Amino acid sequence: MSEPTEESIRKEVTAWLGKNWDPELSLLDWRRKLADSGWGCPTWPEAWCGRGLSETLGDVVREAFQDTGAIGVAQGSGLGLAAVTILEHGNDDLKGELLRPILTGEDSWCQLFSEPGSGSDLAGLTTRADLDGDEWIINGQKVWTTSANHARYGMLLARTNWDVPKHQGITYFVVEMDQPGVEARGLRQMNGYASFNEVFFTDARVPRENVLGEVGRGWGVALTTLAHERRLADGMRSMVRDSQGKGRAFDEYRKEVASVMEPYKWYAQRAGRTDLVVERARAMGRIADPVVRQAIAKLLIMVRSSEWTVRRAKAARVLGRPPGPEGSLGKLAVSEISRAAADVHALISGSGVMLSGADGPLNGLIAEILVSAPAVSIAGGTDEIQRNIIGERVLGLPKEPATDVGKAYRDVPKNLVS
Amino acid sequence: MEFSFSDEQEEFRRTVRRFLEDTSSPDEVRRLMESDEGFDRSAWAKLSGSLGLTGIAIPEKYGGQGFGFVELALTLEEMGRSLLCAPYFASTVCAANAILNAGTPAQKKRLLPGIAAGDTIATLAIAETAGIWNADAITLTATRVDGSFQLDGIKSFVVDGHTADCIVVVAREAGSHGSDGLSFFVVSGGAEGLSRRLLTSLDPTRKLAELTFKGAHGDLLGELGAGADPLSRTLDQAVVALANEMIGGAQKVLETAVEYAKVRMQFGRAIGSFQAIKHRCADLLLELEHAKSAAYYAAAAAAEDDEELPALACLAKASCSDVYRRVASASIQIHGGVGFTWENDTHLYFKRARSSEAFMGSQDYHREQLLQRWGI
Repeated sequence: MSEPTEESIRKEVTAWLGKNWDPELSLLDWRRKLADSGWGCPTWPEAWCGRGLSETLGDVVREAFQDTGAIGVAQGSGLGLAAVTILEHGNDDLKGELLRPILTGEDSWCQLFSEPGSGSDLAGLTTRADLDGDEWIINGQKVWTTSANHARYGMLLARTNWDVPKHQGITYFVVEMDQPGVEARGLRQMNGYASFNEVFFTDARVPRENVLGEVGRGWGVALTTLAHERRLADGMRSMVRDSQGKGRAFDEYRKEVASVMEPYKWYAQRAGRTDLVVERARAMGRIADPVVRQAIAKLLIMVRSSEWTVRRAKAARVLGRPPGPEGSLGKLAVSEISRAAADVHALISGSGVMLSGADGPLNGLIAEILVSAPAVSIAGGTDEIQRNIIGERVLGLPKEPATDVGKAYRDVPKNLVS
Repeated sequence: MEFSFSDEQEEFRRTVRRFLEDTSSPDEVRRLMESDEGFDRSAWAKLSGSLGLTGIAIPEKYGGQGFGFVELALTLEEMGRSLLCAPYFASTVCAANAILNAGTPAQKKRLLPGIAAGDTIATLAIAETAGIWNADAITLTATRVDGSFQLDGIKSFVVDGHTADCIVVVAREAGSHGSDGLSFFVVSGGAEGLSRRLLTSLDPTRKLAELTFKGAHGDLLGELGAGADPLSRTLDQAVVALANEMIGGAQKVLETAVEYAKVRMQFGRAIGSFQAIKHRCADLLLELEHAKSAAYYAAAAAAEDDEELPALACLAKASCSDVYRRVASASIQIHGGVGFTWENDTHLYFKRARSSEAFMGSQDYHREQLLQRWGI
């Protein structure tokens, strides 16, 4: 058989879609066909619902899906975080059991990493797993977990060895969420929404074979998951964009999208809504105020420059050039923009910032911006951690001396968790 | 719009950088900044001759290399990095573009080859004693006397105006206002009725002069009274070039601060390991990369003659002005006491930064212009 080319793949996938894609199928029936055909995840290995294609040919397949308007495999943390980690670190049994239901949307997943006592220092986690016969017994608490209340599985990091330095005593587990020892409670945020959960483990059980990678090597596995966190948002964006068609599959798809996106409905406000600034200044009669004008100009300069910086990083990647500093700055930039935007909105709204909800400017939207913006500089790596990364990895500045290096984690001072 | 430099452009950058490392070392910068002339004629000849930098973006039919604005901007960035002391910005950026924008084909043929070859050093006189670079601020008058023009008034902040062989002057018809009645004129550096005074500048690496015209003879460049459009276009281009020059200096001064933070030991550790220093450097890098994106994007817009150029020029200048000042100030702070000494080079960049942010309009001015040009 000859090597596939962009042309031959385009032909093949288009023909397959022509024969099989039918928006009147149930979403699940369609997704099962898709998973078994390998076209849903074309760059995955053939043995695991893929076709073993290169990234370039994978793009050709994705384009064909877009051209046809066909719905793809289920997006979300199952695909974006769990599946990629299982593919890289799971044994064949786990791959066989877990991957396909992620693609079809039957199983959803949540990420059980952060803890009340370990935020920036994730490897300092203290949720414990103790082996009892053929099962691991889990005790501890996780926090900031999206979808923990309805996910079937969790990606769980827990400490299995306290006598070695912190990174070496962690194991990565696949835990079933629906069991007596696992309790998820909604966590209300300062902006009033409850998009995340706290998860309490009290003698929860994990079968011995549900370890991803090896016992004590979970940190390396976790890095795989974390490396894919950034791309998660891209998948979600494409999902919203591609859900506009007609037919039974689309009706079901829109429900799925709405449920997946539910926790993120304040995220646009969190990012600062820079799109509203000029309009607001006009509406409030502040557009001629030189102080307001300077503030708006500064903000819009930041927004444009940051877009161009992202595009510079992308252009360098496409050309295969070594990554420059421009690629590491995005997270911090988003945070700066959000903060600056909230300030400009407050400047424009004046005493309006004292009111929220139906009494507040734009029916509470401005208030929502102000009380959501603080999340940006904390979630997904605080600004301080970002600055450490930029300072150390990009600028090559020396690390701050740490006091827990080389010490058994048992002997390292920790937070008291109630 | 391209978001990366081509391999050829990167190679060109390396060539320019190597040349400037040889010819514009810190010692050489210090020697030249103390001199009145402010540049070295033999270095200028090399820069013009073997490298052809003086004609880089001048069309081939006018004796130049025929490259675009991106190559020009890249050259400026490298010159800013090395604080090159030379009339390059005055001659190749300001005067040559003014002639290209305002002149007739015959005038371009006559004036540009000398500038492209580096034989003629030219400059552009716009601002007056008020230090404002726009049409409204021009008061110097041109009066027609027996078929030629006599110029009267004072131009100031003229870069390399004391050494230029050829001065392009923006003047207005007496009694006209704003954008009306503006014309470009070419005046010889040694013209009768022109007196030139070297000003003491905060940034000694960029020489500024005050030029007093008392009935000096000027040759009309282009069409009489039609100077407003070429003026604003020339300013946009000059501002973009300046922004790119600033980004080169800002990059260098940040690199120096970071390197110092790696080797300076206090309390038994390199000061760069303290988050107080590390985080400041990270923030500066973010701002610098943003400003760099703005400067590069504006240069690409100038190269493609994009309709957004007037807005982008303001955006880039505002952004680069803020960043260069902040980086230079922070670099002095990170260097500590040694950063306040004459011997340390940081103050040279600090002075260039402070002076460049005011040159051709401050960041506040450009932010206001930006909104107006965006129709806000």
